[in-house]
Amino acid sequence: MLQSIFLAYKYIAFHRGRSLVLIFSIGLIIYLPNGLKKLIEESEKQMISRAEATPLLVGAKGSSTDLVINSLYFQREKTDPISMEVVEAVNATDFGYAIPLATMFSARNFPIVGTDPDYFKFRELRLSAGQWMSFVGDCVIGSEVAERLNIGVGDSLVSSPENLFDLAGVYPLKMSITGVLEPSDTPDDRAIFVDVKTNWVIMGLGHGHQDLTNVMDPTIVLERDSNEVKAGAKLFMYNTISGENMDSFHFHGDMRGYPLSALIFVPWDHKSETLFRGRFEAGEFEEQVIVPKEVVNILLQSIFRIKQIFNTVFVLVGVATILILGLIIALSVRLRKNEIFTMFTIGSSRGKIVEILSFELLMITGTSMIFAAILYSLTGFFVDDFIRNFIL
Amino acid sequence: MITLSNIKFQYPNSDFHLELDQLQFTSGTKTAVIGPSGFGKTTLLNLVSGINIPQEGVVDVGDKQINKLGERERRTFRLLNIGFVFQDFRLLEYLKVSDNILLPFRINKALKIKPGVRDSLNEITASMNIADKLNKYPDKLSQGERQRVAICRALINEPKVILADEPTGNLDPENKQRIMEMLFSYVDKKDSTLITVTHDHELLSGFDRVVDFKELYHK
Repeated sequence: MLQSIFLAYKYIAFHRGRSLVLIFSIGLIIYLPNGLKKLIEESEKQMISRAEATPLLVGAKGSSTDLVINSLYFQREKTDPISMEVVEAVNATDFGYAIPLATMFSARNFPIVGTDPDYFKFRELRLSAGQWMSFVGDCVIGSEVAERLNIGVGDSLVSSPENLFDLAGVYPLKMSITGVLEPSDTPDDRAIFVDVKTNWVIMGLGHGHQDLTNVMDPTIVLERDSNEVKAGAKLFMYNTISGENMDSFHFHGDMRGYPLSALIFVPWDHKSETLFRGRFEAGEFEEQVIVPKEVVNILLQSIFRIKQIFNTVFVLVGVATILILGLIIALSVRLRKNEIFTMFTIGSSRGKIVEILSFELLMITGTSMIFAAILYSLTGFFVDDFIRNFIL
Repeated sequence: MITLSNIKFQYPNSDFHLELDQLQFTSGTKTAVIGPSGFGKTTLLNLVSGINIPQEGVVDVGDKQINKLGERERRTFRLLNIGFVFQDFRLLEYLKVSDNILLPFRINKALKIKPGVRDSLNEITASMNIADKLNKYPDKLSQGERQRVAICRALINEPKVILADEPTGNLDPENKQRIMEMLFSYVDKKDSTLITVTHDHELLSGFDRVVDFKELYHK
């Protein structure tokens, strides 16, 4: 048997290019259905666990799926905003407490999530370094943001402008990183957390600029009376918030009307949840309340339908591969007719020749299975990307 | 002594048939078998080696009656007693020269690679002037070198009978002569029996005997 293994190995090693193509092809065929199954199962687990950990979401009426995707996974789907006063209104029901979410902006392709300290307690997020944000302009970054951008406490991040041509609108804000979160294997790892007020500064609703009290330059101060100073475009706006300019930052208008993307509502108990939802059904609020788990389940159902289609395709591809493999073996035996006849002439049995060919097949399929197993074990690393790119 | 008596052989689904009344090959002799193509020269080698079994008649090789042996016994007999040399060398492209020569030891349990086998390998390759080619693949060798490797494979287990089917058919005149000299030298040294099928009449002078199938057989 050892001699048969030796001869089989020599054949495969000599035809390594051909053998590798076979190994990769068979390996992929073995891996694909299993890998997809694992991806979908892991994705389902992650999505369900995230959804289950979020009892209720309140947002503007419209697509509930977009609201969930936006609020739970921070994928920037276009949803209408709600105002800050909704937070006050839902808190006033006394059925639980609200956590604001503002997910309108990003920095270096990572979402900026404006929220308040309750969010971290609610999600049980812990710091691996630094401290929680204390001032407007501070941010705490997820573990993946820190790793991918190679940044940490003491560094800064600049928010990405929404539109290069929007000269009058959003200014990039340089944010100071005060803390880095421990990995949580959730979308929080890929988020940059700021106070909602920081989010509004990025939005242009709050800003800091040079003190106009003593400025006499007519190109800066256009109009001045006892109540109001009107400044021109030449006025210097701060794009970073520091100890020196912090006092100059201020918000215009009523902050209760400031926008949020959504809010997480954490009811005290099941009864409170039912009563709270009843308020929305009764039309007491203009917004919608949704149970994320229900929305995610609907979302996943369509994924499972696609998975079933894939499975059928993979079965057909698998059958085709086995047939092609059979053909390759038949052609190979035919091509090796002289070699087989030589062995037989010298003194080999047909059984021995079958044994050698079987070991070749075993080595090819065995290596293919190892290759498939390696791919399978690596699949876990792509679950997050799979969710982001294919499910959400 | 190899004796074929009252042989009648026909391939299945073929008009070809071979009939031989009596044909003997004495031990230690070198016999050339000549004759036109399709007259059954290669079939004769297959009958002597037990690859083909005659429908009638007897094939004796030494003290064994080949046609009475079972398939497994014939295989083992072939492996232990007969060395084959082919016109197209029949080397395995994926094995190095040394592994090609040792192939008989790898395809049947009857032969095992013992420490002395390596010595035989070194000795025989040295005698064939290919000792420096042991780690090369056949496609890196000249035609003459390939045939010498094939001869080494045939002789590595010191067979009593050597069956060569057109061993010089693919070689240039210089190599033809060298190959035949090597085979003759081995036969003389080991007192083996050499049966060579050939179309090359220039080589006949080196043989002890020439069997012309055109005169011998009935078709």
